[in-house]
Amino acid sequence: MALLAAYSFARNWYWPSLLPFSWDLYAWQYVFSEESEVLDALSASFQIAVAVTVIAVAISLPAARVLAWRRFPGKRQLLFVLLLPVLSPPLAATMGLHGMFLRIGLTGTAAGVILAHLIPAVPYAILMLTGSFTRLDPDLEAQARTLGATRWHVMRHVTLPAIAPGVAVAASFAFLISWSQYLTTLLIGGGETRTLPIILVSFQSGGDPAIAAALCLVFLIPAVIAFGSVARFLDYGT
Amino acid sequence: MPRVSGAVLSLLPVLLLLAILFGGGMGIAIMQSVGYFPPAGENSFTLAHYKELIADTELRASLVVTLLWASLASALSMILGLALALALRRIAATSRLPGLLLQAPLAIPHLAIAILALNFLGQSGLVSRIAYAAGLISEPAAFPEFFHDSYGLGIVLTYTYKETPFVALVALAMLRRIGNDYESLAATLGASPWQRFRHVTLPLVAPPLVSATLIVFAFLFGAFEVPFLLGRTYPAMLGVLAQRRFMSSNLMDRPEAIATGVLMALIAATAVYLYLRLSSRFVGERPTLF
Repeated sequence: MALLAAYSFARNWYWPSLLPFSWDLYAWQYVFSEESEVLDALSASFQIAVAVTVIAVAISLPAARVLAWRRFPGKRQLLFVLLLPVLSPPLAATMGLHGMFLRIGLTGTAAGVILAHLIPAVPYAILMLTGSFTRLDPDLEAQARTLGATRWHVMRHVTLPAIAPGVAVAASFAFLISWSQYLTTLLIGGGETRTLPIILVSFQSGGDPAIAAALCLVFLIPAVIAFGSVARFLDYGT
Repeated sequence: MPRVSGAVLSLLPVLLLLAILFGGGMGIAIMQSVGYFPPAGENSFTLAHYKELIADTELRASLVVTLLWASLASALSMILGLALALALRRIAATSRLPGLLLQAPLAIPHLAIAILALNFLGQSGLVSRIAYAAGLISEPAAFPEFFHDSYGLGIVLTYTYKETPFVALVALAMLRRIGNDYESLAATLGASPWQRFRHVTLPLVAPPLVSATLIVFAFLFGAFEVPFLLGRTYPAMLGVLAQRRFMSSNLMDRPEAIATGVLMALIAATAVYLYLRLSSRFVGERPTLF
């Protein structure tokens, strides 16, 4: 498998030379300069992704716990419904969301974008966390309680350490999902909320290939880091 | 004793959020597609937008092309992913390397993969320059057009590259779970490698394989980023077409774009449902040894 990942592009490079005509750091200088909006977009992407991660994990934790440990009628259907936002093309829901947000003034705002990103992020978080809780024995908590621990104590010293890897994976996925969103950010953010993917596309489709390449790396590296840091916890059994 | 109210409370935020954002979004989209679109002065139920869609040749072309390329990429990913998993099976039992290698493409966002693909296989990309250095071509245009062509070659290739590792990982996980016992037993009973594969391995690995491929197809069908960067304006994949119309300055295009989106959601849902029904039949075929 060609590992294009370690492709260091970011130079002044005209076809057909196999090697760059001249190596130059100008692209990188531009990327990090004040006037380019790269740093703004970077921070926007980051803040939005963090917000999405925190919210997604926070609301998915209790839900996953219930889904994993409790039995109740309609559970399978519920799971399907919860996964629906992931399986269906984001277009329709996002377009409708745009209409909704237009009324309440959320279009073009970071808050609106955060909410839009939550749609694909939350189901994934739930999926990961439910898996995590399923592997954990609910009786462990009960046992700790019979030994006299308070609920809070149990949470801190029994449950949390056990699901920590799952939480890490869920958080990392939520982050990745928000980080790589393009269409949703474009539709909901209008032209005003500009994240990395948005400016990346605009540079790629009409600008200096070197800058686009440098930007691509800036976009790529946090994603790889986020994923790589939890890769060892991943198990792909369905 | 666990109370019902505790469970409901735990599920409430999630359900509420998804209901409002996703359910609401879809609901509004559906409503707007059937005529409730105040910004353009529409206020009554009408199927006109859908009728226009059916008559629209550009949309039909997009539909065909989207189904074709999504299916092709999914099928290729399934076959290659399975092959890869089978090949890596033995090594994966003792080393973490195959798993890590396969996971690498998963970490890379689709947008980045598209750009990397362009830099690699594009007419002014790396492979093209190597071809020049090797004396095979003398100008950029002579290099085959993988992208922005009407055959979707680059799109299918890029998606296959990105999704095969995912399918492979799922298949590998399953293969590791079932272990070698069934096949060894079949071998001692005299089954040939092909028979072992066809009647033992395949049925066992089929369920997660099919679901993974399904997920891939549903995703590819509605995808936007890759065809946007790597494709042409005509024929464009459905996602690209819908987005273009949604953002057009003519407000009247919007309901049609939304109708397209709803249609896409319907088709994706139907595809998922159909395959689920079909795969349960296939899965019913259990190895006859036990």
